[in-house]
Amino acid sequence: MKFSVKCLLLGALLTALPVAHAIEFNQVQTGKSALSFVSKQMNVPVEGQFKSFRCKLAFDPAKPAAATAELEIDLASIDAGSKDANDEVAGKAWFNTRAFPVAKFVVTSVKPLGGNRFEVAGKMTIKGKTQDLAAPVTLRQEGNSAIFEGSLVIKRADYAIGEGMWADFGTVANEVQVKYRLVATAAK
Amino acid sequence: MNPMPPISPVPSTCYGGVAIGLHWLVALAIVSSFSVGLYMADLPLSPMKLKLYSWHKWAGVTIFLFVLVRLGWRLLHRPPELPAAMPAWQRRVAEATHVLLYLLMFAVPITGWLMSSAKGFQTVYFGVLPLPDLLVKDADLGDLLQQVHKLLNFSMAALVVAHLGAALKHHFIDRDDVLARMLPFLAKTPTPGDTR
Repeated sequence: MKFSVKCLLLGALLTALPVAHAIEFNQVQTGKSALSFVSKQMNVPVEGQFKSFRCKLAFDPAKPAAATAELEIDLASIDAGSKDANDEVAGKAWFNTRAFPVAKFVVTSVKPLGGNRFEVAGKMTIKGKTQDLAAPVTLRQEGNSAIFEGSLVIKRADYAIGEGMWADFGTVANEVQVKYRLVATAAK
Repeated sequence: MNPMPPISPVPSTCYGGVAIGLHWLVALAIVSSFSVGLYMADLPLSPMKLKLYSWHKWAGVTIFLFVLVRLGWRLLHRPPELPAAMPAWQRRVAEATHVLLYLLMFAVPITGWLMSSAKGFQTVYFGVLPLPDLLVKDADLGDLLQQVHKLLNFSMAALVVAHLGAALKHHFIDRDDVLARMLPFLAKTPTPGDTR
């Protein structure tokens, strides 16, 4: 009798363990992820995106505060809406991709906002300029994947994106809406 | 049957004030917009280029609207008679030129709007009113429509030159009142002492 109770307890413990050991999403599926933006030229919204980026991630929905993440964006992979624009924004006045090929966002804190919403704060570095940035993120789990989504507005002038004749916001607005969607799975 | 309208003291040898006003307003707008379009297309990318593109597109929408009003006015108001001495073939050519010009005054702004949509740049009238994009973004289609827009523009420019040439030919060679229909101050007053 005593033995079977022990067995039962052990069995219960073993089955409970995988549940207690929470899942950690740490493999970002870049193919399914997207990083896009909407700029405004003469009040005309123009869609663009970055086609190449990498993300190191360790996110346990049960322990969001312990999450770490680092996003690297290849700025030369930009599609700013047209060939003319792509040639232009690689130049010195915009991203100066030759000198600063990569933009980087290093997460410093993740704050649960209730439900499936989080505030992901970190340091964004573009063109050698680092700014604090807080990104609202909504988490959705689909099967084995976690989908992190959200959007925020960055001010291009904070990073000297668009200098000289482009510094005036009359033609190209300062505010750029950035939309992100990261799909991550958990490594076994 | 309606009774004949009373015969006006002055025969209708000239377009009405509204028709004349619309004609010259649209003519000026088209010439300006055409010139800006020609100039801006080959500019290197700059804030000025983006401004010119927007202004050109706003002008196009405005011209389209004025041409709509013009066509409505034209359909409701009979134009003055052509000179009785004008041969039938010339009347037909004049008629065809005017029909084509009207078609192009609609087709040119419409192709501009479509090419903008296909290139992924929405038209936002005066930066305030977004026009719907009738086409989804498609770079190849955008380039094709740009060629169509250009071709239609040069066709219209050729027709405008013919239109202008014909008006001058009527005025200086035929010495009739065809040009004076649109420029009433040129009208010849048939006074006895007139030696023209």
